[in-house]
Amino acid sequence: MAEQIAVEVTRFSPERDKTPSIQSFDVPLRKEWVVLDALNYIKDKVDGSLSFRWSCRMGVCGSCGMMVNGEPKLTCATFLTDYAPGPVRIEPLKNFPVMRDLIVEINDFLGKLSKVKPWIIRQKEKPVTEGEYLQTPEQLDTYKQFSMCINCLLCYAACPVYGLDPMFSGPAALALAQRYNMDSRDEGKEERMDILSQHDGIWGCTFVGECTQVCPKHVDPAGAIQQYKLTATQEWFKSFIMPKGAK
Amino acid sequence: MHKQRSNEPFVWLLFSAGGVVAALFIPIQLFLFGVAFPLGWLNGPSYDTVRGLVHGPIGRLYLLVLCTLPLFHWAHRFRYTLYDGLQIKHLNELVNTFCYGGAIVGTAIAAYLIWQIP
Repeated sequence: MAEQIAVEVTRFSPERDKTPSIQSFDVPLRKEWVVLDALNYIKDKVDGSLSFRWSCRMGVCGSCGMMVNGEPKLTCATFLTDYAPGPVRIEPLKNFPVMRDLIVEINDFLGKLSKVKPWIIRQKEKPVTEGEYLQTPEQLDTYKQFSMCINCLLCYAACPVYGLDPMFSGPAALALAQRYNMDSRDEGKEERMDILSQHDGIWGCTFVGECTQVCPKHVDPAGAIQQYKLTATQEWFKSFIMPKGAK
Repeated sequence: MHKQRSNEPFVWLLFSAGGVVAALFIPIQLFLFGVAFPLGWLNGPSYDTVRGLVHGPIGRLYLLVLCTLPLFHWAHRFRYTLYDGLQIKHLNELVNTFCYGGAIVGTAIAAYLIWQIP
């Protein structure tokens, strides 16, 4: 018989259970299998009621983030063999309410994300006939790294500040705000400043840096936040020199 | 529409500047004057030269910055360590007074001592 690995999975059904419990499954340990393959094996062959989110299985969609042995990981990019001989424990992302089994409720993040206005804001739109908003490769480089975010929320699961203070805007939302602030086509810095420079915005961050450690797309949210702290500090000093209404 | 903005930028700037001083200048200072010069690895300036430097306003200011900014770095970092580590955010007035107050007292002591350099 092929080698097996014990996969311990969090089970929780809101109608049935008061608290989550752990269920263990034996899964074939194959060299080319990622943790997501193990979960799909369980769902297809053992227990079809196991619930989890996934889609692209190639690190693009950002939906299969879970805690693997206590660390936030994209399960499609985490190989089972790295956890051999096991057992390997799969839990829902930390710091979020669990809806069912491995699925978390992410509405809090979605609300925070839209608050920072992560889209290009123009004071006045150029008519289509005047063509595109052009950008040089250098201008693209200033924000490209932050644009790689796939909203997988591993950074929220890793962030101890978000764990302690749910009001904190959190790494991905702040990094995405900075992505648009740095975009040469954007004119929305002022609008975002009011939200970002509040205590629950960038100043909630105590620069633990775990977000950057766990980010599967190398977005470096911690870097984005520190960068923005410097901008906000400059604006703060400017507001003394040029008070009220002055730009 | 301007909502109440945090006053955090000011203390963060001190924290940030203190971090640079603590990470960059203090190790160099300690290495040169604490290790390399005494052990003769490098030819240090003479006692009189250093004394002359410390006497001037720039020398004194340098020492003051070296001694005080890292205190504010500590204050900011320790404040959050207390907040989050001990979960005592509700005691924020006490914690702030202790941390930043401590840094201010330290600054006053450093300023006094540096002023007193004969």
